[in-house]
Amino acid sequence: MSSSQLDARSLQLRRTIIEMYATANRGHIGSAFSLVEILRVLYDDILRYDPANPKWPDRDRFILSKGHGCLALYAVLADKGFFPKTELRLFCRKGGILGGHPEYGRIPGVEASTGSLGHGLPIGIGFAIHAQRARAAHRVFVVVSDGEANEGSTWEALLAARKHRLSNLTVLVDYDKMQSYGATTEVLDLEPFSDKWRAFGFAVEEVDGHDVPALREVLSRVPLQPDKPSAIVCHTIKGRGVSFVEHNPHWHHKGPPTEAELRGLFAELGA
Amino acid sequence: MRKMCLEQIYQLARADERIVFIGSDLGVGTLDRMKTEMPDRFFMEGVSEANIIGMAAGLALEGHIVYVNTIATFVTRRCFEQIVLDLCLHHVNVRLIGNGGGLVYAPLGPTHEAIDDLAIFRAIPRMTIIAPADAEEMRRAMPLTVDYPGPIYIRVAKGGDPVVSNSKLPFAIGKAIPMRDGSDALIVTTGITLKIGLDAAAALESDGLAVGVVHVPTVKPLDAATILDAAARAAVVVTVEEHSIIGGLGSAIAEVLAEAGFDRAKRFKRIGIPDVFPDEYGSQESLLERYGITAAHVAATMRNLWGSSVPRVQVHLEGA
Repeated sequence: MSSSQLDARSLQLRRTIIEMYATANRGHIGSAFSLVEILRVLYDDILRYDPANPKWPDRDRFILSKGHGCLALYAVLADKGFFPKTELRLFCRKGGILGGHPEYGRIPGVEASTGSLGHGLPIGIGFAIHAQRARAAHRVFVVVSDGEANEGSTWEALLAARKHRLSNLTVLVDYDKMQSYGATTEVLDLEPFSDKWRAFGFAVEEVDGHDVPALREVLSRVPLQPDKPSAIVCHTIKGRGVSFVEHNPHWHHKGPPTEAELRGLFAELGA
Repeated sequence: MRKMCLEQIYQLARADERIVFIGSDLGVGTLDRMKTEMPDRFFMEGVSEANIIGMAAGLALEGHIVYVNTIATFVTRRCFEQIVLDLCLHHVNVRLIGNGGGLVYAPLGPTHEAIDDLAIFRAIPRMTIIAPADAEEMRRAMPLTVDYPGPIYIRVAKGGDPVVSNSKLPFAIGKAIPMRDGSDALIVTTGITLKIGLDAAAALESDGLAVGVVHVPTVKPLDAATILDAAARAAVVVTVEEHSIIGGLGSAIAEVLAEAGFDRAKRFKRIGIPDVFPDEYGSQESLLERYGITAAHVAATMRNLWGSSVPRVQVHLEGA
């Protein structure tokens, strides 16, 4: 895939991410770029929420369990009006609300503090059990990373989701096949990944995680099966959108960019 | 004490629909009445402590008051990061019931002996730590846990501990309880060591020593004012805990005493488990004995400290 396939909105969100990165001189770029289409589809088409009333009881609950992908989340939340766009310029800075990982209580629209992997899904289980027992209509969506599936707590949560038949829970896996050190096949192989989710009692579909209509279509059908939690394994590309960032573990978390890198980033993102 | 704690959860849950119970994989029959009468609020979730704590946080963020019950070592050690981040960082109303605080599980060995739970949880911001002395104090403490803000760890000792707490004295989370007056020396206790402290103080009375006892059922936040007030006139202060001497009650008291700026330093001793894994089986009593967590050892320690605390006039004999 090349960046030419990204539409104007996807490019704009990535430019916002790079502006934040350039301001703070740090950020998980590869981990945010893999997520952009997943998040924009969720917030444009799927989730029910009210930016003016982030605690609206009937809202769908969303947790970015891979909290290090927060640059993408911040770009989307600001775009939707959860907080002023001026906050984006304070990313990781004193006086700002947007840290290197998202924090509950600081950022309107953030339901749980994440950043250490393996926490978001168990918290989401609690949300989903509450909604189920309260017979509430709202749903729970959690985005996990593939590296996060190294954590035992993630698999404990899957057991619980199956036990409680949490059909109101949808887990999206950002499966870019790369973790911090390198390829998941090298660090800790997850395959057969979708089969594992199925074996744990989830209804599973796989989708191109950068294909907006395909994401929209599959997400509009959740729960994929009645009485089962849903897992959508999103095949993504780490760093998607910029040639020298794609598949490049050096951009998992990146320090200050060079002038040339910055020019290259904006050039490829259509600025 | 454990039975009282669970009974209280059932009674409190009957009166308050926000209350939810989560067990890991507890003994058969645990809270059967709650399971039968309130099935939507009773959960037995398996040996998966990390998920249980996250799930508890999620339920609490939705407005529930969640009581999580398992063995103390498993809820302190296994899922420490979940406690720190999911519970304390989010400041949610989850109550952790730690069964077998201290040396209760002596026959089962070091995997089950919670000798570091107070130290582990004292280090976490926003955590409250309660260690009642007996079933009666547990009865008074539990209703207060319902609306107390933020996470609470409730240390549960063995059942059948003799009742030594005083129901006439007010109980409040965050307050130490002066149990006995005495201005020569002070014993500070938590949990079941209250009885040891009271027995030691009574024994010392026959030696002519006036020994006060302050019971600290809330180890965090520490009621420094009450402790310092009781310690002000005492020459000797001894802490007694069924816990490592590192990081628990003794450490907490040492910190406030050291920073209090008394004109004359106290003779001070922490009595507890030394920096070791217990190396014997047997019973709670036999391990308490092994580590000197007994009234006799407390009394002997205080006699020694008292003896060395009395200023001695040095006599220099001419021409000697």
